[in-house]
Amino acid sequence: MTTLRNQGVPDAGHAMHLLRQMLRVRRLEEKCIELYSAAKIRGFLHVYIGEEAVAAGVMETLAPEDAVVATYREHGHALLRGVSAGAILAEMYGHAEGCCRGRGGSMHLFDAATRFYGGNAIVAGGLPLAVGLALADRMAGRQQVTVCFFGEGAVAEGEFHESMNLAALWQLPVLFCCENNLYAMGTALGRSESQTDIALKAAAYEIPAWAVDGMDVLAVEEAARRAVDAVRSGGGPHFLELRTYRFRAHSMFDPELYREKSEVAQWMERDPISLLQGAMQAAGQLPDDEWADLQADVDAEISTAVGFAENGTPEPVSELARFVYSDRADDGSDGGTAGSGEGSRKGGAAG
Amino acid sequence: MKTTYREAMRAALRDAMQRDERVFLMGEDVGRYGGSFAVSLGLLEEFGPERIRDTPLSESGFVGAGIGAALGGMRPVVEIMTVNFSLLALDQIINNAATLLHMSGGQFNVPIVIRMTTGAGRQLGAQHSHSLEGWYAHIPGLRILAPATLADARGMLWTALQDPDPVLIFEHGSLYNVAGELDEDAGAVGIDKAALLRQADGSADTVTLITYGGTLPLVLEAADQLAGEGIGTDVVDLRTLRPLDTHTLLDSVARTHRAVVVDEGWRSGSISAEIAARISEQAFFDLDAPVERVCSEEVPVPYAKHLEQAALPSVERVMAAARRAVGAGG
Ligand SMILES: Cc1ncc(C[n+]2csc(CCOP(=O)(O)OP(=O)(O)O)c2C)c(N)n1
Repeated sequence: MTTLRNQGVPDAGHAMHLLRQMLRVRRLEEKCIELYSAAKIRGFLHVYIGEEAVAAGVMETLAPEDAVVATYREHGHALLRGVSAGAILAEMYGHAEGCCRGRGGSMHLFDAATRFYGGNAIVAGGLPLAVGLALADRMAGRQQVTVCFFGEGAVAEGEFHESMNLAALWQLPVLFCCENNLYAMGTALGRSESQTDIALKAAAYEIPAWAVDGMDVLAVEEAARRAVDAVRSGGGPHFLELRTYRFRAHSMFDPELYREKSEVAQWMERDPISLLQGAMQAAGQLPDDEWADLQADVDAEISTAVGFAENGTPEPVSELARFVYSDRADDGSDGGTAGSGEGSRKGGAAG
Repeated sequence: MKTTYREAMRAALRDAMQRDERVFLMGEDVGRYGGSFAVSLGLLEEFGPERIRDTPLSESGFVGAGIGAALGGMRPVVEIMTVNFSLLALDQIINNAATLLHMSGGQFNVPIVIRMTTGAGRQLGAQHSHSLEGWYAHIPGLRILAPATLADARGMLWTALQDPDPVLIFEHGSLYNVAGELDEDAGAVGIDKAALLRQADGSADTVTLITYGGTLPLVLEAADQLAGEGIGTDVVDLRTLRPLDTHTLLDSVARTHRAVVVDEGWRSGSISAEIAARISEQAFFDLDAPVERVCSEEVPVPYAKHLEQAALPSVERVMAAARRAVGAGG
C-alpha cells in the first residue's frame, strides 16, 4: 500500500490536487465556524476538520453517475462531490440559492445534479437508502456504484446490520465507508461496541472489508479505488473502515468533556493536510510559492462563496408549503382543508 | 366477474408489473411462500425472483432499500406483513420517505408504495391487531390509502404507483376474503376523493356515517338496519386518510346535520378525532347534534374472542351512536 510515510508522493500533480481538495474542505468549515460564531448561520453544525482525507480520497475514485449518501457531517462530502461552496453556504443561510432552498441546512445537503443523497441526520438512516440505490442500479443493469459514508456510531444500530446483510445477500454495488473517528458524540468506541474491529464486523457478513489509515489521503484513495473498481465490476458490496479523528468538538454545542486535550494534540500531529503538505515539501514537490498560490486560490473561492450566500435571498415564507408533496398539474384532492394546514398540495401546485 | 379482495389486489399487482418494468414487489415471504396473506401467490412463477423479491426479516432495512430504489428510479411496492411490524421501519418511512422531497428543496421524489395489513378481528392478539393508519395520516409527505371495496383493491395500486410521492396502502386483514362482483375491465381508480356510497333520502331523520377500510362492511350493515328504523344514512368511505377529502364530508353533513365517525383505531388522538375536529371547525352551524365517534376501546386488542369483539366497533355500537345523534335514544 502506498503510504505517505514510506514512499513519498508518486505524482506531484495529483498530490497537489488532493491537497487542494482537502484544503477547500478545511477552509470552508473554518469559515462555517466563523459564521456560526457570528450567528449568521444556525442549527446544529458538525465540522469534519481532521477527517478531510477520507472524503478527498474516496470522492476521487467516483464517476459522475455514481451516487453518494452521507451523514450530517457532510459539508466536505458535498463540496468534493461537486456542490459549490456557495450553494452549501447559502443553504446554511436559509437562502433560496441554497442547495435545498433553505429547507435542509447544514445537516441536510442534497444535490440531484451530482447524485448527492444527503445529508441524513439519523444515525445509520442512510445505510438502507444506499442499499436501495444500489439495488436500483443492479436491477436496471447500470454499472454504477453507490458510496455510503457513516460514522462508527452507526455500527451499533440495527440498520447497519440489516444493510450489511441485504447488500451482501443480494451482492449489491455499494461501497460502505465507515469514518471511524473513535467517538460518537462523547461515547468512545470501546464503550459502545463489544467488538471494536469494525472491518471484522463487515467481514462477518461476507463483505470484503479492510481498515485504512484515514489520515493518509493517498492510502484512502488507493484503497477506495481498489474497492470501487471491485464493486463496479460486479464484486458485490465492499467495506472500508477509515481510521480518522475529528479535531474539533462533535458540534458547536459540545464542551468536549470526554477526551483529553493531549489526545487531540497527538492526532493533530497527523493532520492529513500537513501530512501531505510535508511529504510533498520533503520531496521537493511543493515550492513555497505554489503553496502560497494554492492557499490564496482556496481562500478566494471561499470568500466568493460567502459573498454569494450573504447576498442571497431568504426563501420566501409564501413557499413554506412547497415540496411536502410534489407539484402537480391536477390538484384534484384535499378539498375543504382550508385553514387546516393541509393545503400543501395546493400550495405546491400554485407555487 | 366474481372475485375477492385478495384476488383484486393480486390482479392489481400483476397488472402493474406487466405495465411497468420498473415495478417490483419486495417483502418478507412475498415470493416462495406466496405472501403471508396469499396476495402475491403465483406471482413469483410469473415474474421471477428479481421482481418478486423475498427479503430477510429486517423491516427497516428493506423498507429503506425500497426508498433508495425509488430514489434510484425504480417503482418499488414494499409489503410489510402487518402495521405492527412497520413500527420497526418507522425511521425510514417518516424520517426518509416523508421528508426527502422537502429537505432536498424539491429535488428528490420518493415514488414508493408501501402496502401493509391492518386491523383486528381474527384473535391474533395485540401485536398483530392494531390499526395505526391514523398515526401515519399524521405525517406530512405521506399519502395514506385504505381500500375498503373490491374496486379500490383493484384500482388504487396503479394510481398510487403513478404518484411521485410515497403512498402507504392499508389493507384490513378481514377484507381479503370478501367476495363480490367486479367489472371484468375494472382498472385504476382515483385516490383523491372520498366516496358517498349511500345517500339518505331525506324524508326522515338523517345521519352521515363516516368510515374507511375494515369497518365499512359493518357500517353498511348498520345503515341497512337503521333504514328499517326510519333513520336515513349517508355513508362516506374516506378511501384516503391523507390528504383528507373534507369536501365530501362537509357536503354530506350539510344535508344530514349529524355525523358518526367509525374508526377501528383508538379514540384518543385518532383520525376520528381529526375528522370530528374538522367538522366542528368547518360545519359547526350545520350540526343538529354533537359528532359521535365509534372507536376501539382503549386497550391493546385482546386475544379472547369475546374480549376482542367487545373492544372493536360493532354494528350495534354504530347503530346506537346513530340513534343518539338523531335523538332517538341510544
Ligand atoms: C438514531 C440517532 N440517534 C441519536 C442521534 C444523536 N447523535 C447525533 S450524532 C451522534 C453520534 C454519531 O457518531 P458517529 O456515527 O460516530 O459519527 P460522527 O459524529 O463521529 O461523525 C449521535 C448519537 C441521532 N442523530 N440519530
